[in-house]
Amino acid sequence: MDPEYLFSEAPRRQVFITGSEAVAEAVKRANVDIAIAYPITPQSESMHLVGDLYDQGYLKDYYRGENEFAVMAAVHGASLGGGRVFTATSGPGTLRAMEMFPVWAGSRQPVVCAFMCRGVSLPPSIQPENIEMAMLLDVGMLMFHAEDAQDFLDMILKAYAVAEQPDVHLPVGVFADGFFVTHTRSAVLLPPDDLKLAAYDPRRAPVPTFDMETPPIRLVRDPLLNKSNFISYAANASWHQEIAAAAERARKHIRRYMGGLLEVEDPAAVVFLAASGTAVSQSREAIKVLRAEGIRVGLIKIMSIRPFPVREIEAVTAHADLIVVPEFNIGGWLAREIKAAIDNNRRVVGGPRVFGGMTMPTELIVNEVRNALSRPGTRQPGMRAGI
Amino acid sequence: MSKGLFRISPGFEDVMPAEYKELVTNGPYGRDLGVKDLGTFKELIEEHPLCAGCAEALALRLILASLPSPEDTVIVGSTGCSSLLFTQVAVQNIHSLFGNQNAVATGLKRALRLRFPDKVKDVVVIAGDGATVDIGLDMVMQSWFRRELITTIMLDNEVYANTGGQESGMSPQGAVLYMAPLGKKFPKVNLPEIAREAGCAYVATISPALPRRLGKVVRRAILVAREIGPSYVQVFCPCPTNFKWPSAQVLQKIRDRQKEGIFKVREYVSPEAEAYLAGLEVERQHDEQE
Ligand SMILES: Cc1ncc(C[n+]2csc(CCOP(=O)(O)OP(=O)(O)O)c2C)c(N)n1
Ligand code: SF4
Ligand SMILES: [Mg+2]
Repeated sequence: MDPEYLFSEAPRRQVFITGSEAVAEAVKRANVDIAIAYPITPQSESMHLVGDLYDQGYLKDYYRGENEFAVMAAVHGASLGGGRVFTATSGPGTLRAMEMFPVWAGSRQPVVCAFMCRGVSLPPSIQPENIEMAMLLDVGMLMFHAEDAQDFLDMILKAYAVAEQPDVHLPVGVFADGFFVTHTRSAVLLPPDDLKLAAYDPRRAPVPTFDMETPPIRLVRDPLLNKSNFISYAANASWHQEIAAAAERARKHIRRYMGGLLEVEDPAAVVFLAASGTAVSQSREAIKVLRAEGIRVGLIKIMSIRPFPVREIEAVTAHADLIVVPEFNIGGWLAREIKAAIDNNRRVVGGPRVFGGMTMPTELIVNEVRNALSRPGTRQPGMRAGI
Repeated sequence: MSKGLFRISPGFEDVMPAEYKELVTNGPYGRDLGVKDLGTFKELIEEHPLCAGCAEALALRLILASLPSPEDTVIVGSTGCSSLLFTQVAVQNIHSLFGNQNAVATGLKRALRLRFPDKVKDVVVIAGDGATVDIGLDMVMQSWFRRELITTIMLDNEVYANTGGQESGMSPQGAVLYMAPLGKKFPKVNLPEIAREAGCAYVATISPALPRRLGKVVRRAILVAREIGPSYVQVFCPCPTNFKWPSAQVLQKIRDRQKEGIFKVREYVSPEAEAYLAGLEVERQHDEQE
């Protein structure tokens, strides 16, 4: 079946479910061979539901691993053996498994992993917070950030379609802010129950499957690792570059399946809120309040964090005077990314930032925009159109 | 592996390396060869960069010659001296990270069982003592607890060799090594005993000073892991470079240690594995008679 039919054309029915349930609905339609689980709040519920799917015959294998590093190693092994795999984790689990993520990318495995982001013990917190995303920006995997349960479902399914393209063949992390997305109910449009992605075909992979059926059997003639010379360093470096190039090639597939790497509302505005994940929903509310006060603010919702929509952000903000970036973490990684992407980055205001389990009341965002507008020399947007 | 897979595409005969051509014409795939046949066939192992006189390299050579079905074997390795050799081995092998070998092997074995339900695919872990008993012990033991159908082989060279000679859990008590400047304070970890308790159906200790016996042990371990349960083989192969012995003396050192009773050749076979192996033996004799 054409995945696009499943993604956008097939009739959908509305249900009222949690984000964890949305994850399971995605996995149910993803034709996954093996899922491996390890409990951590707020991820656990979704992997319990994936276990139920195994019981119902939707998956061929499922077990509880011994820790997140081992789980990520085992899905890596299963993927090298030609299986389609799924797993999920959160915060401390992500950090425990950290060494494996570059290995997934380095061995070009289309592993799909959901991350239900939470605090990472500085100090301990199980509450929503997405600092772990900052730590994953350069591990080589593609990263999508879901705003809500609907996004979470769609992005997990589409992640397989993007990840398994022969010219991509990279892991994809699909991120959602824990609790806000996983533990609240919302209206979600579900594709039909009887539709699923076609099975993964390892013969389309750009790297051999480790099954002693796929040549080459003898993998290398001269080992690169143990030669300390320029040629072997250059060969290693070119593999890095190829991974980066594969991520670049993913852009066209992301555009095709997700409609773009970002979404813009009111592109003619001169003041924007730019956000990803739950901060997008909060920004939508703040924009309503600001509009009621006569302040016109546009919205940039960033869906793909890796690859990052540098050109798109440049184009959207070319005429902008102010870009405010609210975030659920102390580091402000998204503001940093946007600042690095555009010209005249004094236009970017990183804030508000909440963490440690704090919510992000609309007022906080509204005040940040108001304060930024009151900086000396900032043009006042009113409700007029852009330049 | 399908028989036709290991061949040279027409037109490429003249550019393929000589050792590859030899693998195609005289390799061990599908031929049921063993240690006793060494010298008569093209081995899976190619020239490699391990030290002259390395007991671990000899052990690997014997292990590779003893695989019951090299054409359907995937090896999972780990970082260490052996990982520098595996790139030149002619069965598919995975080097992932240091210590995660049994977790990788678990996923691999399960995927291969799903994809090839009617074929036997042997997944064999071959890793150093540090990888097995120290950094990877959790994943090694958990794979045994779960009764994963994989064979785990430890290359016990009694030291972290690849990083220059640090103490490992398998170093002898009292050995003065890097990171044990006053000598190691505790004895060699008794992993064979742990393996048995943790659910292995077959456990053996062996050394390359007994090549035929090593071949038999490896074969039995892999056969048991096909049907009965996980298996564990510990190969004693101390590192001459880090213990600063002349390389020609390694095998003598191993024999001395065996005489002194410090290294013991042992085998544990669970009753179920015993019955299974005996059944295979009967089948084999029957085949030979026909
Ligand atoms: C996470 C991690 N920690 C440490 C290392 C460094 N390291 C590489 S090989 C090695 C020693 C391997 O020892 P062993 O498993 O006994 O194999 P040997 O080299 O002795 O054959 C170490 C400590 C590493 N590669 N990765
Ligand atoms: S350092 Fe020791 S174990 Fe490593 S290759 Fe040399 S002799 Fe073998
Ligand atoms: Mg060692």
